[in-house]
Amino acid sequence: MDIDVKMTVNGKAVTGKVEPRTLLVQFIREHLRLTGTHVGCDTTQCGCCVVHVDGVAMKSCTMLAVQAEGRSVTTIEGLAAADGTLHPMQEAFREHHGLQCGFCTPGMVMMGVDIARRLPNADEKTVRHQLEGNICRCTGYQGIVEAIMDASAKMAAKA
Amino acid sequence: MGEFAIGQPVPRFEDPRLLRGGGRYVDDMAFPGMLYGFVLRSPHAHAKITRLDVTRAEAAPGVAAVLTWKDWAASGYGDLPTAKGKTKRDGSPMYRPKFPALVKDRVRYVGDPIAFIVADTYHQAQDAAELIDIDFEALPAVTSLADASKPGAPLVHDDCENNICFIYTEGDKAKADAAFTAAPIIVKKRFTISRVTAATMETRGSIGVYDAAADRYTCYTTLQRALNFREELAQTLRVPESKLRVVAGDIGGSFGMKSGVFNEVGLVLLGSKITGRPVKWVCTRSESFVADAHGRDNVADAELALDRSGKFLGLRVNNLVAMGAYTQPGTDSGAFSNVGTMAGVYTFPAGYVDVTAVYTHTNIIRPFRGNGRPEAAFVIERLVDMAADEIGMDAAEIRRINMIPPQSMPYQTALSFKYDNGEFERVLDTSLEMIDYKGFEARRAEARQRGKLRGIGMSYTIEKAGAPGYEGAEVRFDRTGSLTVVCGAVTQGQGHETVFKQIVSDTLGIHPDEIHYLQGDTDQVFFGEGTGGSRTSALGGTAVMLATNKVLDKARKIAAHMLQVDQVDYADGVFTNPKTNRSLTMKDVAKASLHPKNLPQEMEVGLNASASHYAKVQNYPNGCHIVELEIDEDTGQVEIERYVVVDDVGTVLNPKLLKGQIIGGISQGVGQMLMEEIRFDPDSGQNLTGSFMDYCMPHAEAFPHIDIKSHPVPTATNPLGVKGAGEAGCVGALPAVGNALVDALSHLGVRHVDMPATPERLWRVMDEAKRAG
Repeated sequence: MDIDVKMTVNGKAVTGKVEPRTLLVQFIREHLRLTGTHVGCDTTQCGCCVVHVDGVAMKSCTMLAVQAEGRSVTTIEGLAAADGTLHPMQEAFREHHGLQCGFCTPGMVMMGVDIARRLPNADEKTVRHQLEGNICRCTGYQGIVEAIMDASAKMAAKA
Repeated sequence: MGEFAIGQPVPRFEDPRLLRGGGRYVDDMAFPGMLYGFVLRSPHAHAKITRLDVTRAEAAPGVAAVLTWKDWAASGYGDLPTAKGKTKRDGSPMYRPKFPALVKDRVRYVGDPIAFIVADTYHQAQDAAELIDIDFEALPAVTSLADASKPGAPLVHDDCENNICFIYTEGDKAKADAAFTAAPIIVKKRFTISRVTAATMETRGSIGVYDAAADRYTCYTTLQRALNFREELAQTLRVPESKLRVVAGDIGGSFGMKSGVFNEVGLVLLGSKITGRPVKWVCTRSESFVADAHGRDNVADAELALDRSGKFLGLRVNNLVAMGAYTQPGTDSGAFSNVGTMAGVYTFPAGYVDVTAVYTHTNIIRPFRGNGRPEAAFVIERLVDMAADEIGMDAAEIRRINMIPPQSMPYQTALSFKYDNGEFERVLDTSLEMIDYKGFEARRAEARQRGKLRGIGMSYTIEKAGAPGYEGAEVRFDRTGSLTVVCGAVTQGQGHETVFKQIVSDTLGIHPDEIHYLQGDTDQVFFGEGTGGSRTSALGGTAVMLATNKVLDKARKIAAHMLQVDQVDYADGVFTNPKTNRSLTMKDVAKASLHPKNLPQEMEVGLNASASHYAKVQNYPNGCHIVELEIDEDTGQVEIERYVVVDDVGTVLNPKLLKGQIIGGISQGVGQMLMEEIRFDPDSGQNLTGSFMDYCMPHAEAFPHIDIKSHPVPTATNPLGVKGAGEAGCVGALPAVGNALVDALSHLGVRHVDMPATPERLWRVMDEAKRAG
């Protein structure tokens, strides 16, 4: 028994028919074929699947697609400007070598944007603590932390 | 092209794509009509299968096929390839068990694949697995390495005596024994190197596509060495390699783990052949803990002999190394190929290491970042600290007086390695300065006021990188004067694309935006081995450089011909000659090369070249790590306060990426020392650490800012002067953190702390020491 869902994803209205057990991340990846959002675990630990739901970071593996009914979802594909210019957070990840294999990266970037929104100019310790729900196996986090601090400062200055 | 030149901290060219969500990992690929596979795995560490009936599962909704060992046997495929070449103590060949893709009547670890269900959706396949009727007769299992070779231990393979796979020795036993007999001081210890897992953020996965009309297989998968992978897979399928295409997309980390041909690779291909449709299998995270190969798992009984002045006289080690239940090609290498790391940077004249490789009812042990190097480095560097402690000498000083001086290079160690160069004392001094070694006791005293036990620990480690082997590369100009670089190496996040483009761009003067990097597709990559063992800068980089130079040489000849001069000058992509005011760019030459009228007689049209490079000699990256940490006296919680590294990885191609490699390696070493461990229940053999809720991964909060300086001593063993950098961080971190922990607790009489030094373990160590003290 499939259920109809409709929501806004990256500014576009989308609809779909899903099994009730379909997770938001499965809807995004398999129905919409937006594969930038990744699945890195099955216990809500790794944060590879972080997207924004109504502007707030959410683990899309821990939410049913039907729970996003009528809401606005932003994925990594929707973060850059319409003309393709990278978001300051994406730019900072590149500048600070905040990614290696790139698999945790979409979740890290989306989390970074959320941290910058809530805690502009957060210090290193705070940023490290805020990344409690995101795991990276390649970088040792240093580039990620530097990127989030740098982008947060730039975003705060712009705001 | 200064901006992209070798040595510049060029941001990565692969990043914009990955940052936009444009990565293409195996799970991102989809094909029309694709089916999904689920593996039914053994819930027992050791059992007989007494009944296996898949009738009900076959009839379940959406199920297209249920494969068991019978289908595998009927397909004509063979077993998966295994390690070979080593011997037992009596010289007889090593024990080589068959490695079936699906077991017939005996399971040998929790996770051993029994059946493969293929269905329209993953959930249908998973549901159908529940309908397989299967009975087991549980048998005694041994998961502990220390117990497995004891008489009477349950056997993993019935005819493999004492579970011994092979024996390997290195060094001169008589000489070492003599050194120990004469030595006034001996320090000895049993070191247990825990079992960990790579836990790549992208799990393993494969898609099999069989084209019946062409009788050809395509496998999209996670790997490190596409051409080697194809060779091993072709042997399994019993087809010529030309019947098989292996394609890697983006690889979400590997660290050695994904390099093997695992069971599921064969299963998706057989599934596709039987159903006539593409079949995808992607490992879930929790499944990965029982399905993946693990890393490390050694027990080393080690001893170091020294004189009263602190000079080392000899090293003896008896090392047990776990193999798991089966082997794959190269999974045995961690037991022997890096034993030399135990010689460290020191001058001791005698060493002997005796290695026993042992089967246990556990997952296969594969190379994991370091593959024997961190294990060996831990042994020697812990022994060095114990020796210093024994004679009351400073840890830096005992290292200094035993270090091989630069003037002794090249230096043949007592354990096979022959170092070509290295400036160990200078690296040590720079590190001591960076951490303010002299000021440490004041920081320790201050921490004590806060109820924290502060310790400092160092390691000076050296390892083999870029072992002899080959790699291939191609540089192909196209008709518009842009170009494609092809290499046999496969990045799993290291940034090969960036460094290779730097090399090509710097030489040919073509902007990196106009260079396409191609890897990992065996239909496109003509030659090479792949990535692993810290080899790609030295081997892949050299191959790319050689191909690039061949193109440049040809372009010079074409340019001279076109400018009607004997020879041309070349700089930054432009050919000139003082005798003419005309000049040609590399692009002009590339375009002109398509027409014979622009070429010297007999020259082939086109501007492209390939290079097949064989590296004869390895190199020896080395470095010093110093770490300061604090242990909470009440809780056992560890905070790393400071961490400095001075590395010598030879010529630095890109300092930004090098730092990334070192820090990433450190995080895995710290993880193993402080929190990570694969643990089995000793009675049932169950994996007790089967998810990210149970297996503790290092998070951002586990680390301070890590300070890194490079001290490049370029090696002459390759034209770029590079030494390997991928594993060095992990190698140095394990012993440095281990030594710092002991230093923090030494006033309590603590002489060693086993890994992982979790808060619970540290609390118990402190509690016990206080009771005893």
